[in-house]
Amino acid sequence: MTAQTNRITERMKAPEKVLSIYFTAGYPALEDTRTILKNLQDSGVDLVEIGLPFSDPLADGPTIQDSSTQALHNGMSTAKLFEQLEGVREEIDIPLVLMGYFNPMLQFGVEAFCKKCQEVGIDGIIMPDLPVDVYQREYQEIYERYNLLPIFLITPQTPEARIRELDEASKGFLYMVSTASTTGAKSGFGEEQFDYFNRIDQMGLQNEQVVGFGIHDSTTFEQATSTAKGAIIGSAFIKHLGAHGPEGTTDFVQAIRPGKPA
Amino acid sequence: MSTYHVDERGYYGDFGGAYIPEMLYPNTEELRTQYLKITEEASFKEEFDALLRDYVGRPTPLYFAERLSEKYKTKIYLKREDLCHTGAHKVNNTIGQILLAKRLGKNRIIAETGAGQHGVATATVCALMGIECVVYMGEIDIARQAPNVARMKLLGAEVRPATSGSRTLKDATNEAIRDWINNPVSTHYIIGSVVGPHPYPDMVARFQSVISEEVKAQLQEKEGRTSPDHVIACVGGGSNAAGIYYHYLDVPEVNIIAVEAAGKGIDSGESAATSALGKEGIIHGSKTLLMQSPDGQITEPYSISAGLDYPGVGPMHAHLYRSGRAEFISVTDDDAMQAGRELSALEGIIPAIETSHAFSVFDQKKFGSEEVVVVNLSGRGDKDLQTYIDYFNL
Repeated sequence: MTAQTNRITERMKAPEKVLSIYFTAGYPALEDTRTILKNLQDSGVDLVEIGLPFSDPLADGPTIQDSSTQALHNGMSTAKLFEQLEGVREEIDIPLVLMGYFNPMLQFGVEAFCKKCQEVGIDGIIMPDLPVDVYQREYQEIYERYNLLPIFLITPQTPEARIRELDEASKGFLYMVSTASTTGAKSGFGEEQFDYFNRIDQMGLQNEQVVGFGIHDSTTFEQATSTAKGAIIGSAFIKHLGAHGPEGTTDFVQAIRPGKPA
Repeated sequence: MSTYHVDERGYYGDFGGAYIPEMLYPNTEELRTQYLKITEEASFKEEFDALLRDYVGRPTPLYFAERLSEKYKTKIYLKREDLCHTGAHKVNNTIGQILLAKRLGKNRIIAETGAGQHGVATATVCALMGIECVVYMGEIDIARQAPNVARMKLLGAEVRPATSGSRTLKDATNEAIRDWINNPVSTHYIIGSVVGPHPYPDMVARFQSVISEEVKAQLQEKEGRTSPDHVIACVGGGSNAAGIYYHYLDVPEVNIIAVEAAGKGIDSGESAATSALGKEGIIHGSKTLLMQSPDGQITEPYSISAGLDYPGVGPMHAHLYRSGRAEFISVTDDDAMQAGRELSALEGIIPAIETSHAFSVFDQKKFGSEEVVVVNLSGRGDKDLQTYIDYFNL
């Protein structure tokens, strides 16, 4: 893969909608990471967000918090995750995004972190608490050097001018938070969300949008992707992992989006 | 000119900023663009000053501690924040923020609390204004601070247990932030210290700056000068310290002393001395010094005093430490308890255990006989009676 192309960009060009799954690395068991990735790819998932656990995940609801606490208790760390991901590209070819909080990345060293990401084959980074202005001032050049796409979040409350600014800064896709909430908090979408989805759809943004927060079944997946390119499932999959472990991933994915290659 | 105040980007030197998820951007942006405008309006100042005077009981006295001065052979003045309504300086900030929240049209208040002092101060102003109040408190703190939980309930607040993580102040703060993410329009978050994303550290410091503003006038009257030689305060998050340092930050003749809780000792593994043990990182939306693992996971501090039991320190203080502007001293549980007992016996004032830490400085450091030392007596010890009873077998 050359420096000019990126797996996320390539996938976003394809006509099909994107189903993305988030999981917390190191949960439920420390060494489950590779099995989960393999099962997700085999189930036809289009993109995976690998969560780097943090002690104080401000944007997350109880499900992801608990999975993070358990993962850290199991011994997960930034170094451990990179070690687990060594050679991952020999078996996984769907786009991989790292999602975490900024402090662990800062302690690892932003440049060292990005270098490792590129070495193992990560395509993009989501750091919800790294502000876009700090990113542009201090880290953009590093991300670009290692061909890592920065993915920023927008919410129903984000003012239009800022949406455009975040769209400008994002590469790969724009992460559209569905509701004013932490992860896993609300169930089902209403009028408010549909208005928001339509409003964003009509803005003519440069990035495709992928909706996250509150998507947990085929109905919410279809609703979210009626305007957006894709949708992300996090808490619901973590609950599945908590109950069944990596087994039965195909059934979980089939229930969200029936018919795709199993 | 170099300054120790916040810059236009929200930083104190290398520290500060707003490292928050995008969900919080509209909330903090509203505050950032409004807080100076609103707090500088004449009507705001009038209402704030009147409440501080008639409700809080300001100005608090600057008291010359004769017997303590005699013992340590220097001139010690105590800024009596312990005489504020609710028993500590915390209420200066909650009065300011509730007035701000009203002007922003908010109808619901959330807050975090550790020992319960800030929770009580918040519940108090919410009762005063008739505004709904939810206070997040770690499950463990709820169990060990029962009287303050009862006070908050009497004042009409709902106390919600934080059951995540270590179930103490850090987690109560996380839960309050999550609440704010879920209620971005109607709710104002009253942070209790000079921590959190910009503009909180500066806003809270401004509301607390009334402390050093009064000290200047009171010292002028008593000593014929506005500046002391030394100013001493305990630092957890750092709000009482920010208040008493505020008008002296850019007066280099004033030596600033910050006292942190060493717990059972800096190297004991049970400590809250952030300047000694912390590294630069991000906590609760601010870049500052914090206690963390090499992997960047935030660790749990320890102090006998629940109010100093915070793994970070406000960005202003991180900058004062790194730049060398302030001298940082750490004091163990044992030394703080002895200093608290000594102040009680010599001056008839039982201090909060947080505040007791500041008084232990006199055993660690010599001051000149003609030097003027001002100590911020940030809170009274009623809430800590059980800890004093247990410690001294009273």
